[in-house]
Amino acid sequence: MTPGRTTGKFAEPTLRLTESQYAIIIGNCYDGLPNEACGLLVGPLDDNGEPTGVISQARPCTNADASAITYTVDPRDMLGAMRAAEALGHEIVGVWHSHTHTEGYPSPTDVRQAVDPAWLYVIVSLRDHAPMLRAYRIRGAEIGEVPVELDRG
Amino acid sequence: MAVEIKLPTMLRVQADGQATVAIEGATVGEVFSTLVERYPGLRGNLLDDAGSLHKFVNVYKDDDDIRYLDGLETKLVDGDVLSILPAVAGGA
Repeated sequence: MTPGRTTGKFAEPTLRLTESQYAIIIGNCYDGLPNEACGLLVGPLDDNGEPTGVISQARPCTNADASAITYTVDPRDMLGAMRAAEALGHEIVGVWHSHTHTEGYPSPTDVRQAVDPAWLYVIVSLRDHAPMLRAYRIRGAEIGEVPVELDRG
Repeated sequence: MAVEIKLPTMLRVQADGQATVAIEGATVGEVFSTLVERYPGLRGNLLDDAGSLHKFVNVYKDDDDIRYLDGLETKLVDGDVLSILPAVAGGA
């Protein structure tokens, strides 16, 4: 947590990742080096059309930018995720990407380009010795950090 | 000829909450014209001021990006599926 920068007004739901999903995401971020890596999260929605925080699939995607400072999810991976979600009766509920040399907090570019206020935006910072995974919701210019729980079940 | 249009979650609010819409049309452009006539809130998300496909949207006809087919002139046949995909991007 970085004090003073999280509004908390929409800091929910808790993102619940299984250990294997966490490993997929962190592995994908290291595999992408020196570039930013990205992937999509699939999961169920609640009755209000909001993510429940449960993730059914963590799907590594190609960074079409092949860049160390920006990412664009390859649209073919987006199509694949949309179809996989549909087959499960789920939706794409979020996206992750790595920050290779900066903290795990949404950049102005991340905020400006956030496509869906319902999505969970996961950022993995590789700046320090250990990876740091944090998750946010982004609505307009507002950023709310959501809790992340690892399900060891 | 009806084609099925799949909308991403963030655009459904502009289309009465529907995930898929069936529309008649011989080209992507024709189908989009009908779509934005029926749901005017979608226009700004799909088309730019010049009436071209918005740069932050990708449209796939089955497995193919229509930008690599004939764009809005891409011909459609009964049963084709158009998937509208937002460009998902950002950066440090």
